[in-house]
Amino acid sequence: MTLSAEDFQAIALTLQLASVTTVLLLLLATPLAWWLAHTPSAWRAPVASLVALPLVLPPTVLGFYLLVALGPNGPMGAFTQWAGWGSLAFSFWGLVLGSIVYSLPFAVQPLVNAFEAMGPRPMEVAATLRASQWDAFFTVAVPLAKPGFVMAAMLSFAHTVGEFGVVLMIGGNIPDKTRVVSTQIYGHVEAMEYSQAHGLAGVMLVFSFVVLLGLSWFNRRADQRKKVGV
Amino acid sequence: MKLRLTLALVSTFFWVVAQAGEVTVAVAANFTAPMQKIARAFEQDTGHKALLAFGSTGKFYAQIKNGAPFAVLLAADDETPARLEKEGLAIAGTRLTYATGRLALWSKTPNWVDDKGEVLRGSGFNKLAIADPKLAPYGAAAMEVIQHLGVQASVGPRLVQGESIGQTYQFVSTENAQLGFVALSQISLDGRISQGSAWIVPPSMHTPLKQDAVLLHAGKDNPAAQALLAYLQGDKAKAIMRQYGYAL
Repeated sequence: MTLSAEDFQAIALTLQLASVTTVLLLLLATPLAWWLAHTPSAWRAPVASLVALPLVLPPTVLGFYLLVALGPNGPMGAFTQWAGWGSLAFSFWGLVLGSIVYSLPFAVQPLVNAFEAMGPRPMEVAATLRASQWDAFFTVAVPLAKPGFVMAAMLSFAHTVGEFGVVLMIGGNIPDKTRVVSTQIYGHVEAMEYSQAHGLAGVMLVFSFVVLLGLSWFNRRADQRKKVGV
Repeated sequence: MKLRLTLALVSTFFWVVAQAGEVTVAVAANFTAPMQKIARAFEQDTGHKALLAFGSTGKFYAQIKNGAPFAVLLAADDETPARLEKEGLAIAGTRLTYATGRLALWSKTPNWVDDKGEVLRGSGFNKLAIADPKLAPYGAAAMEVIQHLGVQASVGPRLVQGESIGQTYQFVSTENAQLGFVALSQISLDGRISQGSAWIVPPSMHTPLKQDAVLLHAGKDNPAAQALLAYLQGDKAKAIMRQYGYAL
């Protein structure tokens, strides 16, 4: 089992894509989840359903409609052309956009659960102690919802590493730009290069297992520390 | 007497089976449209029913290797059937070229692509879509044409690859790529280019896109499978293929 230079390129690109996507998703999902957990608005249910929609479409179908949307005649394509960014299809940032849409429910849901589990009480107490909203959010809500954040990050990262259909549709398989591990393995299989496919799939599985295991342990230890009050 | 009756019954049974057989066919995705028409004509003319599964040749290879019950493979290349035969997964001596594909440089923009492919030398496009040369014969042929024209240096950074010729078509069709090398069969309608503009690449510029069929073990004793292979070489099937832009 030997990995080629292209395999390593694909691994590096996948890690980059998953990291960038996870960070952006947490930034986007946190306010969204906070709103969903607290709003009395009638819009709550429709927005929550909208967030869950990427789960319904098969990834290649989702990818196809992203391709249509990103094209010069699609709404997003028209916007990016107008803004002078050119076309996002076949680019790294196009993949990031696709991954954010694709993994959004996996980031939002654990955060909504964590914020809801917290209840209104801690924030109310913080307010009586004259903490500003922002201060209370960062010093009270975020630490309390930490398991939710860890879970959201883990799921977003893992889901992006394992993403295939969307990337296949909007990526264009460009080495070092849009050729990630999943599409590279698929290419090996289609080209009947089974031993390379096994090698790369093995590396991906072992790596992902180690990362997920590490995060679980980290989460567990943080939990225990909290319980004994360290 | 009893024996004779049994024989008569048995032969009647086989006659019925031979009359209304069924054959499961793995069909290369680029051949989807003509094959649907051919299967209808085949059923009308012979009474045999062809059950069609469409997909990529590479996936079919993996499935056949792992026991898929396909009786006939209509591949997108000539290498996969040869390989199956060599590995003992296909019946030796049954390979035949059922169609030869034609390559076209296509754009959705009308009156743009010229009939020599000079458009490739210009800067009027950001992306040129081809099928992955490693996976799809149409992609490998496209690379040969690009090299033949000597434009790989200027075109290379603008290349995007579809995993199949079907996906390459989508890239051009949604205009995410302004130009692309697709199969003539994808853009032909009644012998004409259905939309946009195209350059039908002369076959001399690349390795012939031979598409071979082969009988698999699951179809060894199936008369319908053999009838289908014969039917593919008949005039009716050939006329349908020509309509869809295949050379014969």
